[in-house]
Amino acid sequence: MSETTSISKRSVGWMGLKRGHRAHPLEWLVEKGIFIVSLSAIVMVFLIFLFVAREALPIFLGTMNSASVQNVIPVADMGKLTPAQLQAYLGLTPKQFADMDDETKKALMEVKVEEAKEASKDRDAAVNTTSWRYMLRPFQWSGYSKPVYIWQPVSEIQKYNIVPLLIGSLKATLVALLFSVPLALGAAIYVSQLTSPRKREFLKPAIELLAGIPSVVLGFFALIVMATVLQNVFGYQSRLNAFVAGIALGLAIIPVVFSIAEDALTSVPRSYTQAALALGSSKWQAAWKIALPAAIPGVFAAVVLGFGRAIGETMIVLMASGNASIVSWNIFDSTRTMTATIAAELAETVFGGQHYRILFMLGVLLFVVTFVSNFMAELVINRLKLKLEGKQ
Amino acid sequence: MNATASRSFRTSRFDFGSFLFTGLTGLATALIIGILAVILLNVLINGWSGLSLHFILGGTEKDMFDVRHAGVLPMIVGTAARVILMTIFVIPVGVITAIYLTEYAHSTSPFTRIIRGAVNNLAGVPSIVFGLFGLGFFINFIGQNMDAVLHPQNAAPIWGKPALIWASLTLAVMTLPVVIIATEESLKAIPQGLREASLALGATKLETVIQVVLPQALPGIMTGGILAVSRAAGEVAPILFTGAAYYMADLPKSLTDQFMDLGYHTFILSTQSPNVEKTKPILYATVVVLLLLTFALNIVAILIRARMRKKLRLLA
Amino acid sequence: MTETTPPRIKVNAPVSAPAAPSSAPPAEKPLIETEKLSLSYGSARALKDIAIQISEKLVTAFIGPSGCGKSTLLRCFNRMNDLIDNVHIEGLIRIAGHDINSREVDVIELRKRVGMVFQRSNPFPKSIFENIAYALRLQGIKRRHELEAIVESSLRSAALWDEVKDRLHTSALGLSGGQQQRLCIARAIAIKPEIILMDEPASALDPIATAKIEELILELKQEFTIVIVTHNMQQAARISDYTAFFYLGELIEYDRTARIFTSPAKKQTEDYVTGRFG
Repeated sequence: MSETTSISKRSVGWMGLKRGHRAHPLEWLVEKGIFIVSLSAIVMVFLIFLFVAREALPIFLGTMNSASVQNVIPVADMGKLTPAQLQAYLGLTPKQFADMDDETKKALMEVKVEEAKEASKDRDAAVNTTSWRYMLRPFQWSGYSKPVYIWQPVSEIQKYNIVPLLIGSLKATLVALLFSVPLALGAAIYVSQLTSPRKREFLKPAIELLAGIPSVVLGFFALIVMATVLQNVFGYQSRLNAFVAGIALGLAIIPVVFSIAEDALTSVPRSYTQAALALGSSKWQAAWKIALPAAIPGVFAAVVLGFGRAIGETMIVLMASGNASIVSWNIFDSTRTMTATIAAELAETVFGGQHYRILFMLGVLLFVVTFVSNFMAELVINRLKLKLEGKQ
Repeated sequence: MNATASRSFRTSRFDFGSFLFTGLTGLATALIIGILAVILLNVLINGWSGLSLHFILGGTEKDMFDVRHAGVLPMIVGTAARVILMTIFVIPVGVITAIYLTEYAHSTSPFTRIIRGAVNNLAGVPSIVFGLFGLGFFINFIGQNMDAVLHPQNAAPIWGKPALIWASLTLAVMTLPVVIIATEESLKAIPQGLREASLALGATKLETVIQVVLPQALPGIMTGGILAVSRAAGEVAPILFTGAAYYMADLPKSLTDQFMDLGYHTFILSTQSPNVEKTKPILYATVVVLLLLTFALNIVAILIRARMRKKLRLLA
Repeated sequence: MTETTPPRIKVNAPVSAPAAPSSAPPAEKPLIETEKLSLSYGSARALKDIAIQISEKLVTAFIGPSGCGKSTLLRCFNRMNDLIDNVHIEGLIRIAGHDINSREVDVIELRKRVGMVFQRSNPFPKSIFENIAYALRLQGIKRRHELEAIVESSLRSAALWDEVKDRLHTSALGLSGGQQQRLCIARAIAIKPEIILMDEPASALDPIATAKIEELILELKQEFTIVIVTHNMQQAARISDYTAFFYLGELIEYDRTARIFTSPAKKQTEDYVTGRFG
């Protein structure tokens, strides 16, 4: 713009008006940039799913085979295989294969022949334990008297049944929900309906402060303090079990359930409760009969989100659940969850191996479960919002 | 008839239902706050004695399980480093996304709803899945490809292994929703009249956003950043495979180094100590340091938010 | 008129221009013209076939009951309605002969020439000086002494200079409601627009502050064309030269203020100005 004042512009009158939208090129660029950056959230969700599923893909496609008894190639035929075939047969990564010299490769082939001889004595060895049938359904392994679900990746015949882990996750989550939902809901009703606004200003942040405690601290507290106390009170066998982990898990999700339920209850239009009060009902009747039913969708969403949070929690269950992968519905038994399994075992796996891929598959499972529960909760909350806006 | 009417006004009926209901819900509230207090007090009381200048500034060259010898400096540095690095990534992306969602996006467009949905979903992804993502994407994909391009000769991976940078990036993705939501909240709280005033004077939308709206939103953005930091400082699962180490001889010097961490150390001390009783003092002391860090940050964020709300009420 | 006629509202002596015949378009040169202007929010019609001509350097008032579309029409003139989703405009709006809704028109430039003062004063949370300087910098005026000169002259024109000259760099939010509104007016006139649109500028103010603003408008009229929306009929009668009466999105009557308030042509107008409804 010119340096003379805007008064000179007035002499120009209305002439500068028709210059079209003067979209300054820099501004246009910046605004496009803003749009592109904000797509990052979508991109991230995709990438997460993509790259976790990528590592687990062979399991989903059923292309992995853990059976020890496979086609054994005699050592003498080593020269007949292409390098790629040899690498696949020996189960090596490209890097390992490239670094190895021929003597070592030969020795490995001999080892394979030996293994095959021994393994053929055990009929279990012919089983592909990474197929879906063995991951989900019980099987009677040799040495057992009946079909069982076993997760035992570190053994000669690796067993990858994920049912014990699913049950473990569900047990701990159930305990957590049973413990935390009544408490969080009760507190939400109290804080939003039955106390003065001044007390609310203090109580609400106080409870939400619980969310500020890292889960590893809650796990530590459960392991060191709560486990002993609860065992003295209830007198059960294993010190670390689904019950202890579930209670600690419940503490972790109380703030989540409380926040959302309290928001839902507070956004029930005050006119409803005031109408009830004006008609002579007591505060609790208004809360119980008017506010709560109106906030049911929000409360439902809160519970669903709490469930999602609990099932995805890792450190607390890793430290407090005992980590025994057994199938039992007794909450006082030591148990192991999907999340703890991933956390505990991934470091020990061979990159690209079956164990590694199955752990990633568990990750995909967790992602899908929380995705679905989040989606449902969001649908419910959106419908609630529309209803409130429609009514108003 | 008059007598009965006046009598029903004067006698106060003891409403048992009301008493019970209020009592139960009040009890629930008290119980929650009580448990919170118990945890905090237990940790503080047991851990306070372990705190000393030596503890905070010392390292773990000697026996890391004995409070008389060990210190937490490497862990503090590791935690601080990964968290600071994280904010460099997450705040610009989060703020820009929030600006788009509040100022530019049409509320009816499907794009907007997908972005919002993605943000909410990101917020719900389990922390261990973020760890797997960090491993599968940052380390195995980006890191290994970087090694192939930059250091094709080296046998040992430089970028394609757990490292400070990957842990920070993983945490940045994890805390993105926190920053977005906090920034959005502060942008929405700015009265529309300010934007209208600016536009009516002939400012473009971008000028309005940068010169009028953003300065007002700064406290909210800060709150978001502090909340993200507080959350990330306490998370262990995402860094298990992306960079945390049990023991490092030196402090992390470059982006490709691994690091020690307060939360991870708490986990190790809790579950892998040879003598639980002997380790308890240092364990408690470590937890106190961790809690002071995360809690203090949380409280600061809440205070800023409260002051901001008061100031905005002046505007409206 | 069958019932007893309520007392008429006192009207100030009309302004300098000669009296025109009572039929619609005024004789002065129109600065703003609309033809068959209709506006709808989604499916709800807010303005129906508005045809109006607004003259230069006069005060034109829009009156009518709530929801009749007067604010909506006002906001058409500086295209503030563009900010709302789902708005659909048909018809023509011309300012100084240019169709302001055409693709060729730069809406940013338009808004620099058509200023607006809002119902609730909205000073920026900056200093008094910065509030006005912000608008000037948008024009490219950067030099300190120029900024200071224009800030002073605008504040004087807005009758605010004496009250704030010693605290130009304190926050604008520390001013009273009436002062804030005058600051907004100063800010709007600082960039020397041709037209100033005022959307119920005094509705949130006490009578003393209102009186000050009305005085200000009468002075500003010498330099600017002013269109003011008001729900206060007495105010319209006090300060405007022309008055347009709207009802349910339609322009019912538009004429010199004196006429509208003393002998309106339409019964609806009469009913409204005498307080029978609204």
